[in-house]
Amino acid sequence: RRDVLVLTPWLAPIVWEGTFNRDILNAQYKQKNSVTGVVTFAVEKYVQFVEGFMSSANKYFLAGHQVNFYVFTDNPEQIPHLHMAPENHLFVIPLQNLSRWQDISVSRMDIISRYIRSRFRYEVDYLYSIDIAVQLLEHIGVEIIDTLVGTISSWQYAARRESKSYETRSESQAAIPEGEGDFYYTASFYGGSVAEVYKLTRACSKGLMEDRENGIEARWHDESHLNKYLLYHKPTRLLSPEYCWDEEL
Amino acid sequence: SMKLQYTEEKLIQLFPQLFYQQPRVLAPKRQDVLTVTPWLAPIVWEGTFNSEILDSAYRPLNLTIGVTAFAIGKYTRFVGHFLESAEKHFMRGYRVNYYIFTDNPETIPDIQLQPGRRLVVVPIKKYSSWQEISMRRMEAINKHIAEASHQEVDYLFCLDIDMVFHNAWGPESLGDMVAAIHPGYFNVPRSQFPYERRSSSAAYIPDGEGDFYYGGAVFGGLVKKVYEFTKTCHMTILADKANGIMAAYQEESHLNRHFLSHKPSKLLSPEYIWDDRMPKPPEIHLIRFSTVDKNYKVIRD
Repeated sequence: RRDVLVLTPWLAPIVWEGTFNRDILNAQYKQKNSVTGVVTFAVEKYVQFVEGFMSSANKYFLAGHQVNFYVFTDNPEQIPHLHMAPENHLFVIPLQNLSRWQDISVSRMDIISRYIRSRFRYEVDYLYSIDIAVQLLEHIGVEIIDTLVGTISSWQYAARRESKSYETRSESQAAIPEGEGDFYYTASFYGGSVAEVYKLTRACSKGLMEDRENGIEARWHDESHLNKYLLYHKPTRLLSPEYCWDEEL
Repeated sequence: SMKLQYTEEKLIQLFPQLFYQQPRVLAPKRQDVLTVTPWLAPIVWEGTFNSEILDSAYRPLNLTIGVTAFAIGKYTRFVGHFLESAEKHFMRGYRVNYYIFTDNPETIPDIQLQPGRRLVVVPIKKYSSWQEISMRRMEAINKHIAEASHQEVDYLFCLDIDMVFHNAWGPESLGDMVAAIHPGYFNVPRSQFPYERRSSSAAYIPDGEGDFYYGGAVFGGLVKKVYEFTKTCHMTILADKANGIMAAYQEESHLNRHFLSHKPSKLLSPEYIWDDRMPKPPEIHLIRFSTVDKNYKVIRD
């Protein structure tokens, strides 16, 4: 790939189609005997996306490797019976209902960090948070597995820093000062080692709570906080916008 | 059981107030060379990294970087230039321990070192042939790690002594397991790599296999990884010895065999392992570490 950046200035690879050989990576991953988890939220009307998400994920997400899917939902009875690939497991976790969807995203970070501490860290080595509305159209394999992974947003990848959607009001904990910023990362797909995802979700949920107490809401909610965190804790691997292409584009 | 895992390189932590040019997704700095391997290990070339960002992440970690180099017999004449140039260019601002392995400790010059850097002379025995000397390096490094350096350094680089630093070599080179692409073979198809091709050798690489041809003059990584690597190479070297065979390029052949099955987590471009006898191609923007011109007949005696 000569047309795109495949390495960040801090030498983290940016994963694009054509840059990697999945066979080599599969062989390396298998040697580690790792388990990867996926956490997703199906709250209120988003329950309708569960079937599509799970059927495409079963087919395309880390096919052939063990994956634990953790689906948080306020409506567990509405989750249809899903056929899982033999290596995969599905865990439906019931949630208390919340008034606004922004509230859900505020708590998402908090929920993930609490569940990592109480449960996920005993069950998986790597954990990825993926938006339920995402439909996988192609294989997503072990090229995504690394210590701290962010995905470049498909909306913003060509934009200059000044026009990126960072939060700029200094009153918010998610504020990124002028002249700073590497990439704009999407909150629809991020992850890494369970330890690093714990640190990320803790830091973001703290920022979100502080903002709430100060009566301010970051421009893009948890995504703004995610971007601040990944600016100052640079990912060890980036996924190109291919990994989270928004159908609306 | 707890599954907390942290297998990869140290996480990058940046201090705020660092200003640098925004990385552009559609504007790669180097379009003329491969900068990522098929297993997603970075290949370090000038232009691919920002030293400021990397320094701001690595300096606070208070790392100590070790360097091993072997100065046996007449090779002690290279130590002075090696160390002087390293003081100017190698890991400036970091703690460095130079481990000079030699059969002649008195001939090692007393070079003035920057603060935080020290020289350790490691006496070893001299073997009869230069090939034997070369191949015993793996064993010597491995032994020394076990006995001393594992407690003294975080990262260890194993370099040839008959070379000189010409430009900056910094934390962009740090990684779990680091190999360097040989300057003579970076632009050549794998069928022409001088791998060991006899199937009776433990360093054998069949036709049709191979990623890169790595140079034996530069390798390194986390001290634990270098320990494992040198042990494996030494074992395969001994296996060959027992079968009465010596690989085409001595331990470099074994190193290449090992890195084919256990892929390095980072590669250094030939900027880090240059041969001054070669003309500089356009892809090489900067030569950081290079051979000293010498008369092999004289010194290998």
